[in-house]
Amino acid sequence: MATIAQPYAGTYPRPSRWEVIWEWITTVDHKKIAKLYLVTSFVFFILAGIEALIIRLQLARPDERLISAETYNELFTMHGTMMIFLVVMPLGVAFFNLLVPLQIGARDVAFPRLNALSYWIYLFGGILLTSSWLFEAAPNDGWFAYANLTEKTFTPGHNLDFYYVGLQILGISSLIGAINFFVTILNMRAPGMRIMRMPPFTWMVMVTSVLLFTALPVLAVDLILLMFDRAYATNFFNPAKGGEPILWQHLFWLFGHPEVYIMILPAFGIISEILPTFARKPLFGYPVVVLSGAAIGVMGWGVWAHHMFTVGLGAAANSAFATTTMLIAVPTGIKIFNWIATLWGGDLQMKTPLYFALGFIAMFIIGGLSGVTHGIVPADYEQHMTYYIVAHFHYVLFGGALFALFGGIYYWYPKLFGRMLDETIGKWHFWLMLIGFNLTFGPFHMLGLDGMPRRIYTYAANNGWGFWNMVSTIGAFTIALSILVFFWNVYVTSRKPADAPADPWDGRSLEWTIPSPPPEYNFARIPVVHARDPLWHQKLLRRYGRATGNDPLAQEPADEHIHMPPRSFYPIITALGLPLMGYGFIYQQDHKAFWALFAAGIIVLFLGAFGWATEPTE
Amino acid sequence: MIARIRRLRYLLASIPFLLIVLLASGCIGNSNPQDSLSPAGAAAADSKRLFYPAFWIAVAIFFLTEGALVAAVWRFRHRGAPSDQLPKQVHGNTRLEVAWTIAPALLLAGLAVPTIATIFHLRPSSEGNPLNVTVIGHQWWWEFRYPDLGVVTANELHIPTHRRVNLLLQSEDVIHIFYVPRLAGGMDNVPGRNNTMWIEADKEGEYQGQCTQFCGASHAFMRFKVFADSPQNFDAWAQHQKEGPVNPATLPDQGNQVTYTYNGKPGTPAGGLKVFSNNACIGCHTITGVSNGMVGPNLTHFGERTSLAGASLTNTPDNVAKWIHNPQAVKPEAKMPNLHLSDEEIANLVAYLESLK
Amino acid sequence: MATEVSATHAAHTSTGYDSRKLFMWTFLGSDCLFFGALIATYILYRGRSLTGPYPKDVFNIPYTSVSTFVLLMSSLTMVLTLSAIQRGDMRAFRVWTLATALLGCVFLGGQAFEFTDFVAKGLRPSTNLFGSSFFVLTGTHGTHVGIGVIMLLSLFGFSLTGRIRQESAIYVEMIGLYWHFVDIVWIVIFTLVYLTRV
Repeated sequence: MATIAQPYAGTYPRPSRWEVIWEWITTVDHKKIAKLYLVTSFVFFILAGIEALIIRLQLARPDERLISAETYNELFTMHGTMMIFLVVMPLGVAFFNLLVPLQIGARDVAFPRLNALSYWIYLFGGILLTSSWLFEAAPNDGWFAYANLTEKTFTPGHNLDFYYVGLQILGISSLIGAINFFVTILNMRAPGMRIMRMPPFTWMVMVTSVLLFTALPVLAVDLILLMFDRAYATNFFNPAKGGEPILWQHLFWLFGHPEVYIMILPAFGIISEILPTFARKPLFGYPVVVLSGAAIGVMGWGVWAHHMFTVGLGAAANSAFATTTMLIAVPTGIKIFNWIATLWGGDLQMKTPLYFALGFIAMFIIGGLSGVTHGIVPADYEQHMTYYIVAHFHYVLFGGALFALFGGIYYWYPKLFGRMLDETIGKWHFWLMLIGFNLTFGPFHMLGLDGMPRRIYTYAANNGWGFWNMVSTIGAFTIALSILVFFWNVYVTSRKPADAPADPWDGRSLEWTIPSPPPEYNFARIPVVHARDPLWHQKLLRRYGRATGNDPLAQEPADEHIHMPPRSFYPIITALGLPLMGYGFIYQQDHKAFWALFAAGIIVLFLGAFGWATEPTE
Repeated sequence: MIARIRRLRYLLASIPFLLIVLLASGCIGNSNPQDSLSPAGAAAADSKRLFYPAFWIAVAIFFLTEGALVAAVWRFRHRGAPSDQLPKQVHGNTRLEVAWTIAPALLLAGLAVPTIATIFHLRPSSEGNPLNVTVIGHQWWWEFRYPDLGVVTANELHIPTHRRVNLLLQSEDVIHIFYVPRLAGGMDNVPGRNNTMWIEADKEGEYQGQCTQFCGASHAFMRFKVFADSPQNFDAWAQHQKEGPVNPATLPDQGNQVTYTYNGKPGTPAGGLKVFSNNACIGCHTITGVSNGMVGPNLTHFGERTSLAGASLTNTPDNVAKWIHNPQAVKPEAKMPNLHLSDEEIANLVAYLESLK
Repeated sequence: MATEVSATHAAHTSTGYDSRKLFMWTFLGSDCLFFGALIATYILYRGRSLTGPYPKDVFNIPYTSVSTFVLLMSSLTMVLTLSAIQRGDMRAFRVWTLATALLGCVFLGGQAFEFTDFVAKGLRPSTNLFGSSFFVLTGTHGTHVGIGVIMLLSLFGFSLTGRIRQESAIYVEMIGLYWHFVDIVWIVIFTLVYLTRV
């Protein structure tokens, strides 16, 4: 019989009450951690969404004075920063957590405590960043915080200090997580699960992980340079002493461009899972789809200066980056064609996950095409820093990534929660969101080409921008309504019994071979894989009478002892050290006494690490 | 019932397409002041000339791909009772993969060629007889210097039509972007750097622009105007800029005529000159022969300008008063200090400034 | 199986490499980009300081060469450390661990002295581009060395309580990888910053 976690026996005595909270605080189970990421991301999604709604209220009419310029600048900065670092990326990680071990036939990730650590650091980093609102010091120079506006002389106050401390902490979470998943995928695949047999989602996680652990260090350096300029008067971005504000941009976008692929590749993976299941045929051109994902990852390193076409790098540089930018459209287009070919000739089951996947393709095509027009450099001179760019990235990040993530939520909800989300409510959610989304961001194309710049808290009436801004605001509230519909769906579903079958969608990959939700150990027997889409392969064998011998995907109870990693208190302790150090560093600039808080953070960090290193692991 | 739902679904599905058409319709009709698709100069026309083919190709690809998507859904959605039949388990098609790799690559290569050519074409050159203007960005106003003509002004750039104007972009503080869409795409003013671009107006007119790189609290109010004058009018304007300011003593009644009243207090140009000279104004502003401040805009011919406060207010006496009374209320965190002048001082100042024609 | 059972007999992995070692290699790969960005910043700003002091005014190459040699020797002792624990010779392991940590501390002491010497000569992080990029680059490297010293001393302490035994050689190998990496980064810094200057 399989056994679950051993009784806890660590260096410090264990309290005996509040079992449930304790269970969540000490969990190292990737499925529980997936739920933690999911719920936390949605909380930040609501906050960042409200920030957007206030922005839209301010911009609905010309010369509006609903909020001050200072507040507006904090709002758009936090909206972007939170959506990217506290919503889209962690939602992706929620799926990494749920799916990677299940899809490769493993019982957990390579380093379960490190996995928990990644979550707690994300939570505390997110709280620190968001708490800046309470300190009336929310970051306010845009999510990409161009130097030298971010120097202390131009942005006094702690706004930017919260920015670089918050992002540095969040970066650590992602870095650790990326290495964890990379090692997991390389090292913990079930027998027979060759790389080219892996489900496309796991493949994309592998590429995304590589991008994360190579790109984040560059951002970390950029943030360190900013920290030193602000706190210790160094000159990295100080033109008076010869510093180059452009250096910030180079380092930022060297991170920033891989970052957008970090956000979209998992979404690509989700779509590549949903389409075959609901078309009831294989992913068209699997090798091309996964390898084009890898190609995008690699080529993504060669396009960063397309964010800097107007900076004055020179005609040669601009031409080079125009070329690389246009080239990267090729692997992206290939994917879209392969997805459509997957649908073509299929037997399309029109369920909610497929709706979101179709919405993704439709919206991503628009976003991708507008992106190609940015690569036409002389046109970009007109588009740069206007709403046309805002249109592009919302189409690919919301119409793209977020639609795919919602599709994934509907698709894997039964696996994680044992219940199927309601189909009818799901379709209402989809249509409201699709319409609201297009009403909100479609007009941005017009506004941008009509010369409306980004990041202006108000605009004059004579520009003629009032109509489309009002339409956009109405769209934004429609999106909000659609999200409420989604929460209604979650609520209604929570009242149903948790009786979802193991394989509600007639799936293709290993996660559908185990119960919904799975037991803590996932697989009673580690499966042996003989083909891509191992479950579908098995079904086809059975259907055509070719299945012989024992079914390697069957999950009868195994008779060996299954050792699961015990729960641990130390990830959350270790993680707690970081925000203490963070607040301490931010405020030591005002009162030296805060160095004590910083030191306390280091001590907590070491105590956590010490407990971690010395607790038993069996 | 089913048919009605189906009809409703197709109606809803067509909404995105209708939106596109609606959006595209914005391309025709009256042009707004910053409409980049309404070029009034060669540089903007070059941008548009590249954008339009790319845009229409994108539209074509949009209809092809979205059409294929809609066609796939329409044709292959499961109808009827759940069945056990499986569709053909196709894994791929190498020829298709090659085709849809090469075709887009060729298309993009085709776009790349004119793109690169235009990138090089848009670099300034010293051929011909270009007019040189230095554009210096400040938080939150624009300084324009004509080095060859000895002219300095602010927020309103005058250029002659049909003549290349080479702009040297600089910044005194943070990064700004000089963006006047109907004449050209934007370019950064980076502190410590000298970027260059050119504009050239085809016809006389007033062209609106604003800073497009977020530069702090009053970024939204860092606007400017470009006035394209006929060559003769431009020469006259430039000549006049070089002349000294109006001396109130040359005005009717030696400048003691009340030309403005603020909150009941009278103001005269002569009185305003006194207020100006005796206050901190002289530390920041230049009025030729009167003061030499380098921090704020040159005010020598302020009365002729159509706007103030980073071209965000129309130049009317009331607006000038409003600005002087409390700059930060007009432009958040404006660098011009609130000198807490009395109503009488303000009335006089406004009268003087508006007399500076 | 989610966790590795022992240090010398790692559980089966798809690549054949121990996951913990793979972790460290991957982390070091990402650290390459970290130092790469810092070094690129230093090289960008080389020769662009508007005012002095300049490198030639402060550098003492013989002095820093000794420091470099010390760090190189610490890599040697690190190798001996690993070899000792792999053989099960815990006494030798403790000796060489301490030696490595000690050499690391000597290096750090040398850095500290060098920094104070530069400050005395008028070079601070805020002085000019050279000061900023030099102190941040070498300071970050020094922090890495410091973390390595802490890890080595922890190894030493744990080996006294028996937590680190021959079976724990994998952990020593991981720390060894880290230590060698930090040393290699110093070679690059020493070459680019001290030896090939403008």
